[in-house]
Amino acid sequence: MERIIFYILAAIIIIFAIASVSSKKMLRAVIYLLFVLIAISGIYFMVDYSFLGAVQLAVYAGGVIVLIIFSVLLVHHIELNLELASTKKRVIAALISFTGIAMVLPVILTHKFNVVENSRTIEVKDIGEKMLSYDSGGFILPFEVISILLLAVMIGAIVIAKGNRLGLKENQETRDKKQDIINQ
Amino acid sequence: MINGISIYEILTLTTILFFIGVYGFFTRKNLITILMSIELILNASAINFVIINTYLYPENLQGAIFSVFIIAVAAAETALAVAIIINLYKMITSVEVKGTELMKY
Repeated sequence: MERIIFYILAAIIIIFAIASVSSKKMLRAVIYLLFVLIAISGIYFMVDYSFLGAVQLAVYAGGVIVLIIFSVLLVHHIELNLELASTKKRVIAALISFTGIAMVLPVILTHKFNVVENSRTIEVKDIGEKMLSYDSGGFILPFEVISILLLAVMIGAIVIAKGNRLGLKENQETRDKKQDIINQ
Repeated sequence: MINGISIYEILTLTTILFFIGVYGFFTRKNLITILMSIELILNASAINFVIINTYLYPENLQGAIFSVFIIAVAAAETALAVAIIINLYKMITSVEVKGTELMKY
């Protein structure tokens, strides 16, 4: 049973990922990406890591996709067709990708992994305790770094998206000064 | 771990997903679609972290926690990239790669 579900999820991931990188319509490509992300969260649920599955659904399917759809709607006409790369370029890119797969897959498939038979469920409690522990092997430092990063991104996104309006006055002053120097 | 599924099958899946992302990164000419290809690549690596953690070292949690960090960094990157794209569109009314040469000088 789990085998069948995994193969269905794998087929959904690969088919819709290919559709997402080759679709001509912008908005459709985003929706195909949404299907890929939801199927990936299904894989997280299958390995009994339901916390990450929920995070994947909330952050990616709920946040990132909506953000991308917003930006698509803001900068594109909805019926606009994307300009595709030339056939030669696409063939070269496909060749590079196939070469990459052909180089990586034999290495993975011939390597002998020491798989430990287990049926462990990763609990949210374990994740939380590990993330906030000061002991050796604890993750408090990366956790704090990530929180600083998110704060910096919030401020940076506001400053960048507001564009020139924040620094308009200052720009005019510097322009006046430059003009004065030129006049002198 | 998933009953009846070996680690090789899942790693094959993530390898293929990764290189689909690479293909998209090479062929797309639009900044937003390039961003989507990067999401595919990051997702493939996040699955790898979780799978290797649960199949090989089930007593540890390092891979499981790092996949959470990967998702956080990916979300931060997307938010910032969308802000840059919208600002760029206000300046040059285009989000194609060939139109973006503002930061070259």
